[in-house]
Amino acid sequence: MTTMVATAPAERAAATRRRGARFRPGNIGVGIAAWVAALAFFFPVLWMFLTGFKQESQASTDPPTIFFTPTLDQFRSIFARDFAPYLINSLTASVMSTIFVIMLATPAAYALSVAKVGRWRDALFFFLSTRMMPAVASILPLYILATNIGMLDNITMLSLVYTAMNLPIAVWMIRSFLAELPREVLEAARIDGASLGTEMRRIILPMIAPGLAATALICMIFAWNEFFFAVSLTSTRAATVPVFLVGFITSEGLFWARLSAASTMAALPVILAGWVAQKWLVRGLSLGAVK
Amino acid sequence: MATVTFDQASRFYPGSDVPAVDRLDLDIGDGEFLVLVGPSGCGKSTTLRMLAGLEDVDEGAIHIGDRDVTNLPPRERDIAMVFQSYALYPHMTVAQNMGFALEMAKVPKEERSARVLEAARILDLEPYLDRRPKALSGGQRQRVAMGRAIVRQPKVFLMDEPLSNLDAKLRVSTRSQIAALQKRLGVTTVYVTHDQVEAMTMGDRVAVLKDGVLQQCDTPLALYKKPANNFVAGFIGSPSMNIREFKVANGHARIGELDVPLSRDELGVLAREGSDSVLLGFRPESVDLVGAGEGFPVVVRLVEELGADAYLYGSIVGTEDAEAADIVTRVDPARTPRIGETVYLRVRPGQEHAFSPQTGERLG
Repeated sequence: MTTMVATAPAERAAATRRRGARFRPGNIGVGIAAWVAALAFFFPVLWMFLTGFKQESQASTDPPTIFFTPTLDQFRSIFARDFAPYLINSLTASVMSTIFVIMLATPAAYALSVAKVGRWRDALFFFLSTRMMPAVASILPLYILATNIGMLDNITMLSLVYTAMNLPIAVWMIRSFLAELPREVLEAARIDGASLGTEMRRIILPMIAPGLAATALICMIFAWNEFFFAVSLTSTRAATVPVFLVGFITSEGLFWARLSAASTMAALPVILAGWVAQKWLVRGLSLGAVK
Repeated sequence: MATVTFDQASRFYPGSDVPAVDRLDLDIGDGEFLVLVGPSGCGKSTTLRMLAGLEDVDEGAIHIGDRDVTNLPPRERDIAMVFQSYALYPHMTVAQNMGFALEMAKVPKEERSARVLEAARILDLEPYLDRRPKALSGGQRQRVAMGRAIVRQPKVFLMDEPLSNLDAKLRVSTRSQIAALQKRLGVTTVYVTHDQVEAMTMGDRVAVLKDGVLQQCDTPLALYKKPANNFVAGFIGSPSMNIREFKVANGHARIGELDVPLSRDELGVLAREGSDSVLLGFRPESVDLVGAGEGFPVVVRLVEELGADAYLYGSIVGTEDAEAADIVTRVDPARTPRIGETVYLRVRPGQEHAFSPQTGERLG
């Protein structure tokens, strides 16, 4: 991928020469580079998807098997292994933590952008700094804490950990959306008689809804895909989908086809959510950029 | 409806020792249209925002009617504000925008829609009630912002440069509509602008600010006829008043080769200050073309023809400082002098303004 992107400037120059000076230079080159990058990112996902429909014997051949008769055997064997509890755990942890995160991050972001509290820059940096510590460094205290309060292998505990994990990024994202709001509109609401709660509910939230949706989706994806805390803090009752996937890496070897099928199913909800929220997501993520 | 009183009100922005508004005293009458005018950074918007409750009052007090509102939040002041950017709620329709304040005040739904409809009728917004602000033109948005203010029937209207985002033609027509509407509703109005033409045409009284300090507050005509200092004199009127420093000798100010008599009061102040010169101002329209020897000679550099008027730009002959010699006068467009020609001008007696060269204050 790197080498292909590196050829883009040459492509670009060639395109400029072909089309002459009047053509917007770089349009074609940038287009090609974007497609190359997109395909490079998409190909492994496609390969995973295809491998899920193969027989185990076709999955790890060299050269790779391109033509094969698709089969649903792998998916059947996954459901035979009681996949549903993991799915429910993952959903619970992602949805619960995302709800907590949005509920906590929105007022925090308000206090850091609209009604700025004293030393708000320091507070903002503090939020970010919590993400600088590697997760491994916090696992031991977390584990002891969970043991002591009897919440080991508990989905509520995992949701709380995910809330803490995603809170900083949500605060930062929502803050940037709030900072984009025209100050005068909020002042108009205050003059019109809106209390803080009304201002939040009736004016601010509708205006930053796309941004909130984008933030929620990102928190959701992070929580859904999280592996380290899940594998450390859960075992049987509260284990999530990523933990389930690891079950296919056994001492007898790797089952590529079955792992691919399971991964495909694990990725499906996130892909669906992203596709549904696509319009909002793009608007939300570029809210600060284009104005 | 109510009076508005600023009592020694000051505002210091955090981290600044210089007040943005400095001990402002201002009494605005019930139903009066008061315009705050001044150059950028003079504190006019800060003054308005202090009245709105969007800016803290660090010293002094502000009263609306007989109520001290100095420390009240905006929503308890019973005011309505029109912002320069209009500040409409983008996710609400025109009707919802106009009705929002009434909803907050818990006005019953039927009365609310009746009042919104009435305001929409006044402002020609009836066809647009279900549209969002994005689907409106600039002029329509401006009217929605006005509508949002008038449906509330507040004690005071605050307007912060509400016309500056409109094109020139629409600005002139909207200007007169706002003034007429204010007269009809009789609501006390404080209006901020940097445009002195808007100030002169709209205000019952005009308050001129500079560097956070009130320079003068009077009717437009009084500001024009009797400016309190050289700043107000130069700010009000277009083209600006010619204000130049001239030597004083034998009780006269010497403009080129012409002696202009000063009054005894004016001379008295100058003597007390120990000044041997005076700041003399005269408006472009206070000057007549006269025959040779009857006025001071001016070399014509440029003539601007505007149809109804013509303006002559020239230099007074016999003045050492080239910049001090530049003047502008209005001349009859039917008989405009040629460029390079020397003409003789005379300031109409009694239409000159004398200011102290040290303080800039009006003399006499």
